[in-house]
Amino acid sequence: MIAVEHLTKRYGTQVAVSDVSFRCPPGTVTGFLGPNGAGKSTTLRALCGLARPTSGTATVGGRPYRDLPNAGRHVGVLLDAGAQHAGRTGRETLALSAMVLGVTSSRVDEVLHQVGLAGKPAGKWVGKYSLGMRQRLGLATALLGDPEVLVLDEPANGLDPEGIFWMRGLLREFADRGGTVLLSSHLLREVEAVADQLVVIAGGRVVAQGSTEELLAGTGVLVRARDTAALAAALAAAGIGVTGAPAGALVADASAEAVGIAAAAAGVALLELRPAGGDRLEELFRSLTSTSDSGPAAPQIQETRV
Amino acid sequence: MSTQTTPTPTAVPSASRAPVPGPTLLRLTQVELRKSADTRAGFWLLLVVALTSPAVAVLQMLFAEEEDKTFSMFLANTQLPVALLLPVLGILLVTSEWSQRTAITTFALVPDRSRVLGAKVLAATVLGVLGVLATVLAAALGSLLTPVLTSDGTDWTVSGAQVGQVVVVQVLGILIGVAFGMLLLSSPLAIVLYFVAPTVVTIVSNLVEALTWMRDWLDLTTTTAPMYLGELDGQGWLQVATSVGLWGVLPMVAGWLRIERSEIA
Repeated sequence: MIAVEHLTKRYGTQVAVSDVSFRCPPGTVTGFLGPNGAGKSTTLRALCGLARPTSGTATVGGRPYRDLPNAGRHVGVLLDAGAQHAGRTGRETLALSAMVLGVTSSRVDEVLHQVGLAGKPAGKWVGKYSLGMRQRLGLATALLGDPEVLVLDEPANGLDPEGIFWMRGLLREFADRGGTVLLSSHLLREVEAVADQLVVIAGGRVVAQGSTEELLAGTGVLVRARDTAALAAALAAAGIGVTGAPAGALVADASAEAVGIAAAAAGVALLELRPAGGDRLEELFRSLTSTSDSGPAAPQIQETRV
Repeated sequence: MSTQTTPTPTAVPSASRAPVPGPTLLRLTQVELRKSADTRAGFWLLLVVALTSPAVAVLQMLFAEEEDKTFSMFLANTQLPVALLLPVLGILLVTSEWSQRTAITTFALVPDRSRVLGAKVLAATVLGVLGVLATVLAAALGSLLTPVLTSDGTDWTVSGAQVGQVVVVQVLGILIGVAFGMLLLSSPLAIVLYFVAPTVVTIVSNLVEALTWMRDWLDLTTTTAPMYLGELDGQGWLQVATSVGLWGVLPMVAGWLRIERSEIA
C-alpha cells in the first residue's frame, strides 16, 4: 500500500510538485502519467526517500520509506535504468544488491532468468548493455528482494514490443498476487493496457485520478456517417455535444446507444460507431494537460509517441 | 537481444512476512570493499597499488647504498607509491556512486545514508591497512633478496613506532581521499583538487616567509614526513592533527552533511 498525502516539493521558488495525493492499494497497478517536467520523477524520488518533501508525506505500508528496516525487501525500486555502473557485469550488479538485501546467490540466478538476462548477458559489462537490457537488469534489481511493492519510473523505455508485452504480463501477475505496482510512463497505450487506476499529473498537480475504466468512460464515441452534416444536425437536435471531429468523423460526448438512437431518429445512415478508439487515453491526457498552465506539455507528449 | 520471456512465477508478494532486519554495518562494509574491486577501473587501481610497492623495493635493492637496504628503509620507501594512490582509491569509493549514478540504487536499498557513508569510511580504513600490508610484504621481499641478489647485507630491525605510524599515515591518507570525494562528489574534480590544493599551500608557505607556520601546521606533506620512519614526536602529532583537521575532518563533515541533505537523482 502506497499513500502519498499532500506532497509538495519546492526547489527555491520553483514548485516541482504541489499538494499531490493518491493511494495505491495492494493488488493493483497504478499508472502515473504526465508530460516531461510534470513532477512524476520528483514524486517517486520523494516516495523512495531520495528527496525530502517540502511538506506532506509519502508512506509505504504506513511507514515513511526511510523507516523501513530493510527497504529493498519491501519496495522494489527502478527509478533510472541508466544509473548502473558501466564497469560491472550484470550479475555482479545484482550480487552486490543481494549482499545488502541478505538474499542468496540462487535468488540472483532466479531474477536473471526471470528478466531474460540469464546466461551470457549476465556476464557482460553493463556498459555494453542496450537500454532495453538495462531496463531488464534494473527490474531484476527491483525484484531481487521479493518485495510487495514495486515503484518503477518509465520501465518500458527502451524495451522492444515483445519486451513491453512481457513486462505488462509480469506487472499484471505481480499485482494479481497481491502486490502493489506504481509505474510512471509516457507510453500511454502501455499504461492503458495494464493499469487498474490512473493518476494524471501536470504542472506538479494531480489533474485526474480514478480507475482506468472510469476515466476513459467519459471520452466519448467515434461516429461516422455518409452525410456528416446531417449527422451533426441529428446529434445537435438530440442535445448531444460533439467534442472533436477527426477527418470525416465526429466524436460524440455520449454513449454509443444514445448516438445510434439519435442517428436512427433522423434517418442518418452510420458507417461506424465505436468507442473513441485506441487513443482514448491520449485524448484524455491532452485535454487535461493542455488546460493546465504547463505550457509546452502537449507537444512533448506527441514526441514521445513517435 | 533474444527475449526468452517465460513468465516465471514471481514469488508471492505478501505483506504478512516476518520483517527482515536491515544489513549490519559489517555487511555494508563488505559490500563497499567488494565495490572497490569489482569494477574494471577499481580492479586495475588495486592491482597497480599492490604492484608498485615490490617494484620500488626491487629498484631500491638494485640501486641504493648498502646502509639504505634495511627493512626499515624498504618499508619507508615502499610507502610512497601507496600514499600517492590510496587517496585516489578513497576518492573513487565515494565519487563513483555519483559519476556512475549508482547512488540511486545504493540509497534506495539503504535509505539511512549515514550507514552507507560509515561503511565507506570503514572500508577505506581496511584498504589502508591492506595497503600497508602490501608494503610490508614488499619490504620483506627486498630485505630477503638483498643478500641473495646483491653483495650487500641487510638488517631486519624495525621499530613498532614505525609500523604503527606508517599504518596511521596510510589510513589518514585514504580517509582524506574519502573526505575529498564526499565534499566534491565528482571524480575528476576531487582527484585534481586533492593533488593541487595542498601543493598550492606548500608553494605559498615556502615562498612567503611569514607563512612558514602554514607549512609546519597545515601542509600534510611536511607534517606527515617523519611518520614514514616512525619519528613523529609530541608536537609533531599536534601538527599532523591540525593538518588532517583542515584536509580531512573539515571536508568530511561538510560533505557528510551535504550528502545527508541532498536529493539523489
